[in-house]
Amino acid sequence: MDAVLEVSGLSASYRKNRVLDEVSFTVRPGTLTGIVGPNGAGKSTLLNVMLELHPRLSGTVKFFGTSYRKAKSRVGYVPQRGSVDWDFPTDVLDVVLMGLYGRIGWLRWPRRRHKELAMAALEKMGMADYAKRQIRQLSGGQQQRVFLARALVQDADLYILDEPLAGVDAATEWAIIETLKTLKNRGKTVMVVHHDLQTLADYFDHVLLLNRTVIAHGPTASVFTRDNIARTYGGTLRGWGEKSG
Amino acid sequence: MMAALSPNAQWVLFSTLILGVAAGIVGCLAHWKRQSLMSDALAHAALPGVVIGYVLAGVKSLPFMIAGAAASALLGALFVQWIRTGSRVKEDAAMGIVLSVFFGFGIMLLTIVNHLPGGNQSGLDGFIFGQAAAMVRKDVWMMAGLALLVVLVVAVSFKEWKLFLFDPRFARGLGLSGRWMDAMYTALLVLVIVVGIQAVGVILMAALLIIPAVSARYWTHSFGRMLILSALFGGGAGVAGTLISVKGEGWPTGPFIVIAASALFAVSFLFGARKGLLVGWVQRYIRKRRDARILDGNRIRRDERLPRTISEAERVH
Repeated sequence: MDAVLEVSGLSASYRKNRVLDEVSFTVRPGTLTGIVGPNGAGKSTLLNVMLELHPRLSGTVKFFGTSYRKAKSRVGYVPQRGSVDWDFPTDVLDVVLMGLYGRIGWLRWPRRRHKELAMAALEKMGMADYAKRQIRQLSGGQQQRVFLARALVQDADLYILDEPLAGVDAATEWAIIETLKTLKNRGKTVMVVHHDLQTLADYFDHVLLLNRTVIAHGPTASVFTRDNIARTYGGTLRGWGEKSG
Repeated sequence: MMAALSPNAQWVLFSTLILGVAAGIVGCLAHWKRQSLMSDALAHAALPGVVIGYVLAGVKSLPFMIAGAAASALLGALFVQWIRTGSRVKEDAAMGIVLSVFFGFGIMLLTIVNHLPGGNQSGLDGFIFGQAAAMVRKDVWMMAGLALLVVLVVAVSFKEWKLFLFDPRFARGLGLSGRWMDAMYTALLVLVIVVGIQAVGVILMAALLIIPAVSARYWTHSFGRMLILSALFGGGAGVAGTLISVKGEGWPTGPFIVIAASALFAVSFLFGARKGLLVGWVQRYIRKRRDARILDGNRIRRDERLPRTISEAERVH
């Protein structure tokens, strides 16, 4: 099986601090991977470097065996909710349509079939009733659903989500996880920066433990162990994991 | 009204209309790029270029002066970026430095040129506060042409601007180059500024870029409509300001354009349909009345006075 994503020897620094050091891992198709690590472990930087939003010092990143630039249309990226200005004057349907801009073509206007695709994606996220709603009127959970709907219309093969579950309500969390599992079952690959160790094993079949470098990576059952968690988080989480083994 | 104006004044009016439209549109882009103040820095930074262009041409030649203005405004933009990325100085301070240094340098050059033989007839002073009446037909054509170009560029790439301004990171993921859009944005901004400084002046040019956009925000929740409204407000302010200024001999245009734009802002701020002051008051009043009715109907308490709102009632309980 070909790798969806192949990262090898990746290093990067942020304001002169080396935040990623020789990061190497390979992601197989059809997996649902949770990326976890303490604050400052370089999770966001890793995504930024992979997506060429932040320069790398060394190493290579290959999407579907080629560069990100060439594979862009096959990669759906869901940035952190807080990375945009929700005061921007536009409505929900418009934001979801943005996911289709690549397919619509630059300098062209969206057509009815594009709007139908966007509506279908909103439907999947339970947001169809909000299509004409101003984005500033949305709750945090609704914003996240809109972002996910925008990624869905892209119809990518690999989805990368940056903390999609941060500060959302239980219903949204469930809706998002169900959507990600559906994607996985359809053969798509999903990578998620995640914060909650309690739910990690329930949500993801693969785990990437990161703290400046890859501590462990593999199927959740074999990698998500007390020992590895302690190595990732240092002594801060002592005692955790004894209950869940 | 138009009939009472000389043909030249009509041309000037037409050019300030187009200029206002272009400034209103580019001002919207600046507003959502959260870089309104950048327009002020770049407008001031254009002054030395105007004077240098004049000196190089030897006569008052608008193409030379516009080219000079564009060059020095772009240099100013580069400086802002260079100071921001290359040092610990924040962007607002960087813009403050560029604005004052370039403007001071421009005034210095202007003073020198005005003391040269024949220099006091240069009309360069008009570039400080704007002197639309001094424009000749040829200038007007050039201004209107460049302003129309700006309007067309934004109209054609409307969808791209919306994406870029709302979510630049996602835009890059779709293959829309951030660097390219940034360059495009700076080019449009500089173009509007250099086109506008003869009519509005370097000091007040920023007002025409900032005020229409902010005013438009009070009327709509749609980016497209905001662009159109901002264009209308800018165009309206340009026309109104010019009309007032041509009434008097040697009156500067810029201040009147800015006053007209500010009047539009005041109206928008007070009566705007979205978050305007009056609408907000009325909405709050209606809500209070409704709350009070609910409380009245329920007769929750028979105190000396009934709580006026639900929140007040909760506090009493």
